[in-house]
Amino acid sequence: MRSISRRDEMSLAEPAALPVAASAAPRLHVLKRFSDRFKASLPAYLLLLPSLVFLALFTYGAIGRVFIDALYQRATPKAPVRFVGLDNISAVLADPAFTGAVVNNLVYAVGTAIPSIGLALLFALALSRTNAVSSALRAALFLPVLIPMVAASALFLFIFLPNVGLLDHYIGRLLPVLPNWLGDSDIALYAIMVITVWKNAGYYMLFFLAGLQAVPEDVMEAAHLDGAGPFMRFRHIILPELKPTFLFVIVIATLNAVTQVDHVFVMTKGGPSNSTNLVLFYIYQQAVEHYDIGKASAATLLTLAALMGLTALSFRTMANREGGP
Amino acid sequence: MKLIDALWKDAPLATRREITPKLGFLLTVLLAIVWLIPFLWMGVATLRPASDGINLMAELMPSLKPTLDNIRDAWEIGDFPRYALNTTIICTGILLVQFFTITLAGFAFARLDFAGKSLIFYLFLMQLMLVPVLLIVPNLRIIAQFGLYDTLAGVMMPFFASAFGTFLMRQAFEAIPTELEDAALIDGASLFQRIRHIYVPLSMPSFSAFAIISVTSHWNDFLWPLMVINSPDKRPLTVGLSVFTATAEGTQAWGTIAAGTLMVIAPLLITFLIFQKRFISSFVTSGIK
Repeated sequence: MRSISRRDEMSLAEPAALPVAASAAPRLHVLKRFSDRFKASLPAYLLLLPSLVFLALFTYGAIGRVFIDALYQRATPKAPVRFVGLDNISAVLADPAFTGAVVNNLVYAVGTAIPSIGLALLFALALSRTNAVSSALRAALFLPVLIPMVAASALFLFIFLPNVGLLDHYIGRLLPVLPNWLGDSDIALYAIMVITVWKNAGYYMLFFLAGLQAVPEDVMEAAHLDGAGPFMRFRHIILPELKPTFLFVIVIATLNAVTQVDHVFVMTKGGPSNSTNLVLFYIYQQAVEHYDIGKASAATLLTLAALMGLTALSFRTMANREGGP
Repeated sequence: MKLIDALWKDAPLATRREITPKLGFLLTVLLAIVWLIPFLWMGVATLRPASDGINLMAELMPSLKPTLDNIRDAWEIGDFPRYALNTTIICTGILLVQFFTITLAGFAFARLDFAGKSLIFYLFLMQLMLVPVLLIVPNLRIIAQFGLYDTLAGVMMPFFASAFGTFLMRQAFEAIPTELEDAALIDGASLFQRIRHIYVPLSMPSFSAFAIISVTSHWNDFLWPLMVINSPDKRPLTVGLSVFTATAEGTQAWGTIAAGTLMVIAPLLITFLIFQKRFISSFVTSGIK
């Protein structure tokens, strides 16, 4: 049964190719089939051309560029480039600023993903019923998503300002010692994380709200009649239903942890003493502040390799979501 | 309590008396208030006169003598109209080219059969993971090679193709009944005529969803324009705001910073409040941009 339907699918995809296969001379036939297929495909290629040109330049060309640039180095900024092989990679791996940035980035990724996803789930569960009040609350929680990270940073610069800032003004009285939120190298990274959670929780909430619509109301009611309390229903009905949403949101949260570094730039520039340096900001520093394209490319390459691992994990999820070719 | 009962009146009768969901709701209300505090402070601080001094700066109670001085100062110190113009040019330029590329590519994936379709599909799909912001260093080199360093076109170019947009349009086009196209085919309409007069008009909701995502994300872009743009008069709003903040922070002019921030985010917030439903549903479809 299954094999027949599979055959049907194939012949739908290539209507002309299969029946001819048995008749013509093999060699000629292959060539002819190839050129026929190309001719039939030409309109599609022309339509795809504009997109493919830009993909080739700025995605795949850029990756090729990174591979090449990572192999070359200049002795001084004005000296000609020379081939150094894997020296840049080992220089980056030996740079404590880079390894520090990787560790910071891991702490930052876990420390922003878990609270923002947890809060997003709470918000979605609380606001899943549509009425005027819950729409207003959803809008309030969603506002930070819309504004630029730079604008959020400008506001939080004052919130974290020592002594006179918003945080110290209101909750400072409750603490024995007032910490310097952005100036203390033990605290600054966590202060940065607060902004990310504030900014992203409302975004992830939307996905959970969409996911919750798939939870059937009558199953929830039946479970209640069987004596399942809110926690039991959450654990055994809602959570399993939300599993794909969780996977999806975790991927986005990880990507955001690598790509959102604007607040580092505006608020701390990676300091104090590199405690808030993140990988992408390190790459930026190497390229723009130290003019070291070789090291910047090597660091980019390592980051891409790490993300490729994540891609492999999530590829299936995404391909399913987009519906396959 | 009455209000909460009213909010639960559509819940299943039996579960209406449960207390946990209501506690969760109350917690969410508290957090939503906390979430709004930075915006509240921004508004209050913008209108606070400088005579209130630094110690009252954090007060969330509005000043009794509101003033527009901070807005005037921010307007004069920062070159905001110019920044806003640059951001508008960047967002519009990117969006117009994207409309062109994603319509054509989306149609090819939705309606045409061609050799290597899976391979090309995955080439697009990979772009969702290889986010352009990671490739800032090589892309800057490519832009410089094209002689586009320090130009708005250089800021726009890496975003001209959009895998997300292509998939969105593919989905929209697939939902359009082929009978419509067949009818046009019989009338002798060319491929472009069919796209222009059948597919595009029927996919307006998808175009507007894409426009919302594209414009908000490029309106907020920072690191890439920061690297490409050198001249002060070509800065977009985000880069302008960061320079402005760095300057005003030195003089502790927090009221002016609040006013500057307000000016930068006001257009987005107003548009959102008007088209709230559309924004939310677009962002749900976005996922990875």
